[in-house]
Amino acid sequence: MSEKVLTQCTVGGPVKVHVENGRITRMRPIVFDNNDAPSWTINARGKEFTPPRKTTLNSYAVPERTRVYSENRIKYPYKRAGFDPNGQRNPQNRGKDEYIRISWEEAIDIVASEIKRIREEYGKAAITGMTSSHHNWGFLHYKMGPFGRFFNLLGYTMLCDNPDSWEGWQWGSVHSWGFHWRLGHNEPFGQLEDGLKNTEQIIYWSVDPNSTSFMYGGQDAAIWKYWLKELGVRSVFIDPYCNAGAGIWADKWIAPRPGTDAALAEAIAYVWIKKGTYDKWFIENRTEGFDEFEAQIMGEKDGKARTPEWAAEECDLPVATIYALARQWAAKKTMLAVGTIHGATGAARAAYGTEWARLCVLLMAMQGMGKPGVNCWGGAASGPPLNFDFNFPGYSANGWDTFGLVAEKSYFPDGNPVQQKAYRLLLPETILNPPVSWTGEGFCGENIQQQFNKFTCPEPGPEGAPIKMIYRHGGSYISTMCDTNKWVEMYQSPNLEFVVMQDCHWQSETNFGDILLPASTNFEHSDISEWNSAGGYGHYEMSQNHRIIIYQHKCIEPLWESRPDYEIYTMLAEKLGIKDEYTEGNSYEDWDRKVFEYSDLPKYLTFEEFKEKGYFVVPPKSKEGPYAFRWFYEGRACDTPDRLNPNLGTDKAHLLGTPSGKVEFVSRSLKEFAPNDEERPPLPGYIPSWEGHRSELAGRYPLQLVSPHPKHSYHTHNDNKSFWIERIPQHRICKDGYYWWPIRVNPSDAAKRDIKHMDIVKVYNDRAGVLAIAYITERIRPGTVHSYEGSAKYDPLEPGKSGSIDRGGCMNLLTPGRMLSKNAPGMASNSCLVDICKWEK
Amino acid sequence: MKGYGILIDVAKCSGCYNCMLACKDEHCGETFPGYSEAQPMTGQFWINVNEKERGSYSKIKVSFTPITCMHCRNAPCIKAAENNAVYRRDDGIVIIDPEKAAGQKQIVSACPYRVIFWNEEKNTPQKCTGCAHLLDQGYQRPRCVEMCPTGALSFVDADELKSSNASSIHPEYGLGERVLYLNIPKKFIAGTVVYGETDQCAKEVTVTLKGGGTTVSAVTDGFGDFWFNDVESMTDYELEIEQDGFKKIKRQVRTYGDINVGELFLEKIA
Repeated sequence: MSEKVLTQCTVGGPVKVHVENGRITRMRPIVFDNNDAPSWTINARGKEFTPPRKTTLNSYAVPERTRVYSENRIKYPYKRAGFDPNGQRNPQNRGKDEYIRISWEEAIDIVASEIKRIREEYGKAAITGMTSSHHNWGFLHYKMGPFGRFFNLLGYTMLCDNPDSWEGWQWGSVHSWGFHWRLGHNEPFGQLEDGLKNTEQIIYWSVDPNSTSFMYGGQDAAIWKYWLKELGVRSVFIDPYCNAGAGIWADKWIAPRPGTDAALAEAIAYVWIKKGTYDKWFIENRTEGFDEFEAQIMGEKDGKARTPEWAAEECDLPVATIYALARQWAAKKTMLAVGTIHGATGAARAAYGTEWARLCVLLMAMQGMGKPGVNCWGGAASGPPLNFDFNFPGYSANGWDTFGLVAEKSYFPDGNPVQQKAYRLLLPETILNPPVSWTGEGFCGENIQQQFNKFTCPEPGPEGAPIKMIYRHGGSYISTMCDTNKWVEMYQSPNLEFVVMQDCHWQSETNFGDILLPASTNFEHSDISEWNSAGGYGHYEMSQNHRIIIYQHKCIEPLWESRPDYEIYTMLAEKLGIKDEYTEGNSYEDWDRKVFEYSDLPKYLTFEEFKEKGYFVVPPKSKEGPYAFRWFYEGRACDTPDRLNPNLGTDKAHLLGTPSGKVEFVSRSLKEFAPNDEERPPLPGYIPSWEGHRSELAGRYPLQLVSPHPKHSYHTHNDNKSFWIERIPQHRICKDGYYWWPIRVNPSDAAKRDIKHMDIVKVYNDRAGVLAIAYITERIRPGTVHSYEGSAKYDPLEPGKSGSIDRGGCMNLLTPGRMLSKNAPGMASNSCLVDICKWEK
Repeated sequence: MKGYGILIDVAKCSGCYNCMLACKDEHCGETFPGYSEAQPMTGQFWINVNEKERGSYSKIKVSFTPITCMHCRNAPCIKAAENNAVYRRDDGIVIIDPEKAAGQKQIVSACPYRVIFWNEEKNTPQKCTGCAHLLDQGYQRPRCVEMCPTGALSFVDADELKSSNASSIHPEYGLGERVLYLNIPKKFIAGTVVYGETDQCAKEVTVTLKGGGTTVSAVTDGFGDFWFNDVESMTDYELEIEQDGFKKIKRQVRTYGDINVGELFLEKIA
């Protein structure tokens, strides 16, 4: 039989890939054999817990083979019909024009000569480039590899990413507990052992542990929830939507009005202060500024006590529920399921989301976080007992030049000759209406100061240049950024002379490109990687039960005329005379081998053995712990492998990363850098949303739209590609031959508008109109509608027209472009007022 | 040989649909001669997940029940088929022979579980094969079971199945199913008890439920909530709360569906 069984890794978990006659026929999870390392066991409360001996996959990863062979692959290099690099460019027709198939040679010629021309005419800074996240998996060949090395070697205006999934945690909680080196998340160590052994209650606040909390870790953390249930650990969910986790695991579902979570947090603090049910020793010894906080909460500052009665009005919750929540929280050893990255939260992606995130930290400080059973445990999906002594680099281990980790020369962080920076959320304004200024550097992982650095694009002075060319690696933003009709306008601007789109699939932005370059998926070239390992700012943030290093076999030849990203950039580098620097003469296999040798794998097996077997299960650690924050609670030097913690090995090793080394109720960094910022004051508190129930706009658009990350697609990367996920009724729903994106509506809101289950509705506000299918459900609180972000179908009724009604379901056409607050430049997609009506053609 | 079975623990199904997707990955567009024609890319669900939203705002539970061919010992499809087009293997797996079954639409309608599908193009009925083509090659379990992340599906032998306390979802059919279920959800009756005077949740209050020939009780949790999770459908029940110093509360409910009685206020006896 000609069947080969190879190994690969998807964004949703590692797989065995069956290949017959050059075609992928099935993908299966990896089931361990007896030669693989043993699994860990946790003994808790008289029971033993050990994970299944296999990998689990996220739902969207199961049909990966249809994503590889999807009809929506970009099959050939294309040129936009109205685009003539030597004549009329017709930028106004981007999004409308047909495409003409061209040869790779012609495509590369045009791209290389445009790069040269624009650099000569305007300067190196006139070119920017940007990637999507997670459309392929691999260590070397993820976005930071081929793209990152090429552009840092060439020189370009770096487009700073905003921390899109957890904004308020970076822009907010860093000022309460430090952890800038984790972009605001706390350390993810030991929570599973501690949770099983000691915790009595988990509060999932604005987090869905049965969907996005799995991140790239397959569904390994799902079984933990059944173990916790078996031990009688209670689950409380706070979310306007009875989310995928709440629907099956909640003992209590509390549904506050969106944007009012900070008010609820303040009211909880009120009850604790009033009753004295908080950890006074911790407050005394591990925090500072509590007195001022207490004065605010009790109304001594402004005469407005933050009582449950006050909060009930804001949050639209029963007063009794708020009191009960506060009491239950104080009475039980409680994990708050936010903080670590697996708790990336919707409430932090909203106006003033900084304030809620900071209050979460302060509430946990009031309960003495770090003592047994009491901690921050994002999604209850971080902190499995894995062996972190074993070295294998995560994908961001060398920043924006992954190859540089094992190359002779690295081009990051010191390669890019261009100082000018642009900001992703402001790119449309930067092109349409320059110059644009902002505060805060995007991912601020080096120090707190980065949050206060000021930028202007184009940068004043001789080195600055207006952006004339975008090199887009991926193409999802119309569905994933905010107020995205702006992106349509941007792409049609004459200021933008040249646009390259390089991707595996046709995405929402693809047909705004002048030249399209077809990239192949990670199944079409080799790589080497660890499952679910980000490295860098997210190092050891894992939700999987075993550390697994995978040799990612090239399973099939590149499909149609697609080529691997690395080869595409190599072709360009050759035309631009920088090929030797880019490749250093290395083939794929050479790079794979260098990474193998860099890691701890050679201590266990040879490269050939590794390739043959295809994966390696890292042996478990030998002893219990260490636990996040336990060292801080006990006043010891940090004993967790939080490698980027700058205090490690210093006399401050027992302190947090805040200026005081304590949890700061009144933030010293904000006091120093932005003392008069009323939108992110040194002492956090509830600030009514600039687009919420109290806004004037609520008169015209009375429904609040929440748009969390989707359950059955990783952002846009599986929707409209991985064939059968559209047959999952909560993903898309077929009506009259079209697969519509669902919007969830409470029966009372539907009745007011005469909307029936499965009616096609228009969701609209002043920014946009989007068609969706109404899913009438009691799972969404009245006054709120719920529809996931991440539709990969941008299907405007009038193609190429900004403001056209979209029937693909791109909810982010509707969301505001306004940032969390004036100095916290994060996206606030969950502060969005809309109305809906029945759609009749 | 006693043969195989699948045990489905509904309490462990998290609604991920991996089983349905794995089945499609295996069978859509792939023909296995001697076992099955290719499943069409869309339209058939050899295993599917029934998703059910239960209760009302804000007492909601969502349950997921995977449904597939039950490989019945007493299979109506076998009886309905002519010329032995549907047969049972020694291991108990029921197989439709796609050629012999051509044109036999009555095989589809014979199945009370509605898990046999008609392939228009091939003019033949189709359903779950238990991944027999893989088991015969030495695979340990069918694709749906292998892909299940929580252990809600397990592949067991007939003895294990028998000793598991599992039951058929429709025992009244009397078909001797080889796919059995644990923790099939019944109906729930839930509510919240609140002290009327102070507007505080009433915890540790005993709530009694009479009906269906039994009396059971539950104690409210820290939110004043009580849940009776195993009540019969279409049955009259009486809820009663007797708390010292408070007026007795009584509520009549009939379980047309899952019942959220909302807030019940305990009023002090004057």
